[in-house]
Amino acid sequence: MNAPVEAARAASTAYGASIAIRNLSVTYSNGFTAVRDASFALDPGTICALVGVNGSGKSTIFKAIMGFVKPSAGEVRLCGFPVDEALKKNIVAYVPQSEDVDWNFPVLVETVVMMGRYGHMNFLRMPSRADRYKVDEALERVGMSAYRDRQIGELSGGQKKRVFLARSLAQEGRIILLDEPFTGIDVKTEAAIIGLLRELRAAGHLMLVSTHNLGSVPDFCDRVVLLNRTVLAAGPTAEVFTQDNLERAFGGVLRNFKLGGRALHDDDDARHVTVLTDDERPLVFYGDRTRQGSDGH
Amino acid sequence: MTELVAELLVPFSYNYMLKAMWVSALVGGVCAFLSAYLMLKGWSLMGDALAHSIVPGVAAAYILGAPFAIGAFFAGILASLGMNFVKQQTRLREDAVIGLVFTTLFALGLLMASIWPTAVSIQTIVLGNILAIADEDVVQVAAIAGVSLAIMALIWKDLMVTFFDESHARSIGLNTTLLKVIFFTLLSACTVAALQTVGACLVIAMVVTPGATAYLLTDRFGRLIIISVALGVSTSFVGAYVSYFLDGATGGVIVTLQTLLFLVAFYFAPKHGLIAARRRRLAATEAAA
Ligand SMILES: Nc1ncnc2c1ncn2[C@@H]1O[C@H](COP(=O)(O)OP(=O)(O)OP(=O)(O)O)[C@@H](O)[C@H]1O
Ligand SMILES: [Mg+2]
Repeated sequence: MNAPVEAARAASTAYGASIAIRNLSVTYSNGFTAVRDASFALDPGTICALVGVNGSGKSTIFKAIMGFVKPSAGEVRLCGFPVDEALKKNIVAYVPQSEDVDWNFPVLVETVVMMGRYGHMNFLRMPSRADRYKVDEALERVGMSAYRDRQIGELSGGQKKRVFLARSLAQEGRIILLDEPFTGIDVKTEAAIIGLLRELRAAGHLMLVSTHNLGSVPDFCDRVVLLNRTVLAAGPTAEVFTQDNLERAFGGVLRNFKLGGRALHDDDDARHVTVLTDDERPLVFYGDRTRQGSDGH
Repeated sequence: MTELVAELLVPFSYNYMLKAMWVSALVGGVCAFLSAYLMLKGWSLMGDALAHSIVPGVAAAYILGAPFAIGAFFAGILASLGMNFVKQQTRLREDAVIGLVFTTLFALGLLMASIWPTAVSIQTIVLGNILAIADEDVVQVAAIAGVSLAIMALIWKDLMVTFFDESHARSIGLNTTLLKVIFFTLLSACTVAALQTVGACLVIAMVVTPGATAYLLTDRFGRLIIISVALGVSTSFVGAYVSYFLDGATGGVIVTLQTLLFLVAFYFAPKHGLIAARRRRLAATEAAA
């Protein structure tokens, strides 16, 4: 690891870009307990995947981190602060699920990215030259400079995602939450986003990414939290992202293909291939080694 | 010729007309400001509901001899709370809830006015009459509109983020609940003010039409607000002026003007207008041919 990266990492460790969730339970107003007794902790310079079936409580965990739902038990601490305090300090950036955005809202791409800077401005939200520069830079990094004057509804799905990613870059939140950033985008945009997340990791940011894209998890996530209304397993990807754990997390929901022997090759090699897939890119176990199918289905 | 000019300048020589024109303009401006937000969230009918719900409050204020704005304001808050309560306790959709609450309160207002007929002219509330506005009412209306305008000018960006993306607004440390409470308080207050100029029936136009027109003309929210306020101020000022020659019905004139401008934008808007869309489609077919 080179020196500047180490320095950046040390600097943000000083701030401690951490998430600590202890014995968190969330009960909605209809009495349904979506998350029960969940605990995990994450350190700076980490990309962590949040993986689980539909309704396993991924978005609920995000809502708890953003203070939208109050825990019925347990607590969430961000960089050591309680949620409300952490939000006031502009520590968390949030990249929303596409379905949650009003695409008809009359704002331009550059205005959306500028919203990332509001927390750094005075109460009148007058952008300084530095703010404008950060916006330009963020747009440049996600490759959206050419689209800055577009109304946000006039973009493709992948471009929309990149705009909100740019906003989180401009915000310079030490913790970045991404709710299903890979749904409905092509492999190229996905690779670009993953590249960006890696850069942010090197700079010491902490990213929590919910995804159904099992295939690419081992590719870019250092840690995984497996969720099914509670934490089934949490830890380094190599330890947690195993076939056994995934089958436990997904139960019968996951498509599971086992190919072996002569179905796979024309010799007597006894090893077999297991393909696990949720809805997007499949995860392939060859024998007992973890590999991922990087070229699609 | 000079006679015609002299005739046209007559309204400016009457104190009550001057008052009516600038008060209308002020109210029109602040309502237009709010309309920019209401229209985007699909809350347009909320303005209408509030205006009608306020009627019993105004009636009660007249009966008790209290300033009308206070009665109206409490009725407005009561209506908002009522709508929230019914919505939380039932599975009814927003439009049904709004409809239920506002017709109930409006009926109550009519009932009160018919039981104490001398106490209040219901027509004044329903139709408004800025030309006959009393001096102390001018002070109330101007204060409400002025203060609201000042607050909106300070927090318009925070409100924009809150309404566009509430999770992001929270993540930059904004108190989104407080911002929404402020917004709806201002809306209640301005509905009260607009009641005086255009009446309960037409308040809805004041808090929808200018924003809707501006929406057709720009994709930038900042400009949308400027255009909307400009439309609100000018139509209200001109409307009050013209109503001098038509003997009253200020509300009708103002709203007619606003609707005319909406139609102009609807056809001629450079990007989102009907003609522009047709021209683009034509160009596309020609290019393809
Ligand atoms: N506002 C709410 N009121 C009541 N129950 C809710 C509410 N929001 C979510 N739930 C329930 O909580 C559970 C967890 O939902 P959540 O949105 O966290 O799932 P998720 O893991 O994000 O799923 P997905 O993969 O579909 O996005 C679900 O069973 C859902 O029905
Ligand atoms: Mg979800």
